[in-house]
Amino acid sequence: MRLTAQDLGAERGGERIFSGLHFAIGAGEALLVTGPNGAGKSTLLQVLCGLLPAAEGTILLEGAGEEWPTVAAAAHYLGHGNAMKPAMSVEENLRFWREFNGEPCLEVDEALEEVGLGSLGYLPFSTLSTGQRRRAAIARLLVSWRPIWLLDEPTAGLDARSETRFTALMEAHRADGGLIIAATHWPLHLQDVKELVLGDAA
Amino acid sequence: MTETTLTGRFAGLANPTRFLALADRLILPMAVLSLLLLAAGLVLGFRAPADYQQGTTVRIMYIHVPFAWLSMMCWGVMSVAALGTLVWRHPLADVALKAAAPVGVVFTGLALATGSIWGKPMWGTWWVWDARLTSVFVLFLMYLGVIALTRAIDDAGRAGRAAAVITLVGAVNLPIIKFSVDWWNTLHQPAAVFRMDGPTIHPTMLWPLMITALGFTVLFFTLHLAAMRTEVLRRRIFAMQRLAARREEGRSA
Amino acid sequence: MLALYVRDLKLGIRAGGGALVGILFFLAVIATVPFAIGPELTLLARIGPAMLWTGALLASLLGLDRLFQADREDGSLDLLVLAAERHMLPLIVLLKCLAHWTASVLPLVIAAPVLGILLNMDPLANAATTLTLLVGSPAVTFVGAIGAAVAVTLPRGGLLVSVLILPLVIPVLIFGVSTAYASVNDPAPFLPPFLILCALTLFFTVLGPLAASAALRAARG
Repeated sequence: MRLTAQDLGAERGGERIFSGLHFAIGAGEALLVTGPNGAGKSTLLQVLCGLLPAAEGTILLEGAGEEWPTVAAAAHYLGHGNAMKPAMSVEENLRFWREFNGEPCLEVDEALEEVGLGSLGYLPFSTLSTGQRRRAAIARLLVSWRPIWLLDEPTAGLDARSETRFTALMEAHRADGGLIIAATHWPLHLQDVKELVLGDAA
Repeated sequence: MTETTLTGRFAGLANPTRFLALADRLILPMAVLSLLLLAAGLVLGFRAPADYQQGTTVRIMYIHVPFAWLSMMCWGVMSVAALGTLVWRHPLADVALKAAAPVGVVFTGLALATGSIWGKPMWGTWWVWDARLTSVFVLFLMYLGVIALTRAIDDAGRAGRAAAVITLVGAVNLPIIKFSVDWWNTLHQPAAVFRMDGPTIHPTMLWPLMITALGFTVLFFTLHLAAMRTEVLRRRIFAMQRLAARREEGRSA
Repeated sequence: MLALYVRDLKLGIRAGGGALVGILFFLAVIATVPFAIGPELTLLARIGPAMLWTGALLASLLGLDRLFQADREDGSLDLLVLAAERHMLPLIVLLKCLAHWTASVLPLVIAAPVLGILLNMDPLANAATTLTLLVGSPAVTFVGAIGAAVAVTLPRGGLLVSVLILPLVIPVLIFGVSTAYASVNDPAPFLPPFLILCALTLFFTVLGPLAASAALRAARG
């Protein structure tokens, strides 16, 4: 499986955010998108998964088979929002996404165990702290299988210990043949990653 | 979570804890008492002579009138609770208000329904928009409004104060309901029991009515107490859930 | 797919009692009518079906703006749109509409005959009005979904949604009320307007989700 972007550019509100991006990553690889605020990290992820149209260039997903026709179908997108309902329990939230997204992978309680929320599944999502909410959102990536993870500031609000745990989860995903594209300010401590710097520094 | 804040939390719960113990002891005997009174009142009611004009239809009075009284008394209880929230700042006051509203709305709904059923054979229609019926209907809407309000706000303290203000403003409606039959010319009959010149209702009917009324009143307080206990427990569960989430945080850090 | 319906239904019933506010609004609207035009029972009975329809229509517009906005705020909407490859987006919108209808509008339909009694409507007119509400109200929700999708990015879209979709639901109102009257007034036939009402609902069941999902996609760009 290979994800390639050629000459990619995007606009927001009529303003060119970035243009002429090239990158390609294959199975088991990770791409770290860095850059200052407003450089277009989030925009790039949204363009990749198809939430925003690309102003120019192409995005190619090759060798993924009929099962994953587009990036949107093949990707888990973890945006700024956690996509969890405060009125429902953590388990209910995850069970919904597991059923809705299909391709079940881990059981809900296994996934919660992986992110260190093993004993809190019964709690309403609203009672969790910021970091716990983010971890619950990360558990969503584990309950159904997608080869590509598009992560937007995945570690926002996580403490050091949870971050280490999350790094291990990402490494495990790569070992399973997954692709990771993460927009972040913080080094994620991943082994041999590619890096894409957006903005003036580029 | 340090030791001092933990003890502080338990000190804060002390009052509700005593309330829970009290409620546990009271609820069962009160329920039994209300059932006995209601059984006695209803038996007496069916033994009492039928009305010379209304025939046996009049027997619905033995439940309609207590429902109507209680619909007003419940708002009275809520108004006192509202004062408790706003003036005395009693910790259980907003629990009392929140717990009373659903009980009150059921009693008001039953008063409206039984009145409607009584009205159909007597007046030939289920409903008329006269002053008494309309004002009770407005009371029904106000109960629903308070329930919606207490459910819409997550923070218990803020919800309690908002509901207290609305309840006190709504209390204006109580005298309107009571005196509507005197102030306006209505289809609903005027007061027959609580009058300055004594009841105009015959003692054979008055006694069963008073007993069922007492029975329903005890039933109201039983339900109210049970609902308050549920609410206190619900808040405790909520507090414990927050505590559990924070404790987990402490362990993982 | 059923999971989405169940989730939205749960949220609609649990969170903040939105359904209760809708019914309360309906009750209040109907209760103001006798104050405004006087408690004359024959008059109330005559305008009853029209009042019930107007009240239910206005009450069902309440809360429609939250249909997609709540999902947008917590990021769920992005994921729902992204799932379009697996589940068709119009189907997702359709299920969200159905869940909203079950949680917020169906209670109005159930409350309608009780309010009909308060308006002194005769049993036949009451039953007919309730039936037309049951058949016609989904159309209001589906049209409402279009407005909700268009206004999803606006911070205070609530009033705008109502203003946008009121003109669109007027046909539903016309045929709903005329069907209800046709059941009481003998010369007017009941079936033709009723079938047109059914057709309107079916039409909007298709058009609403299609247009709404197009609007949701456009809202991203």
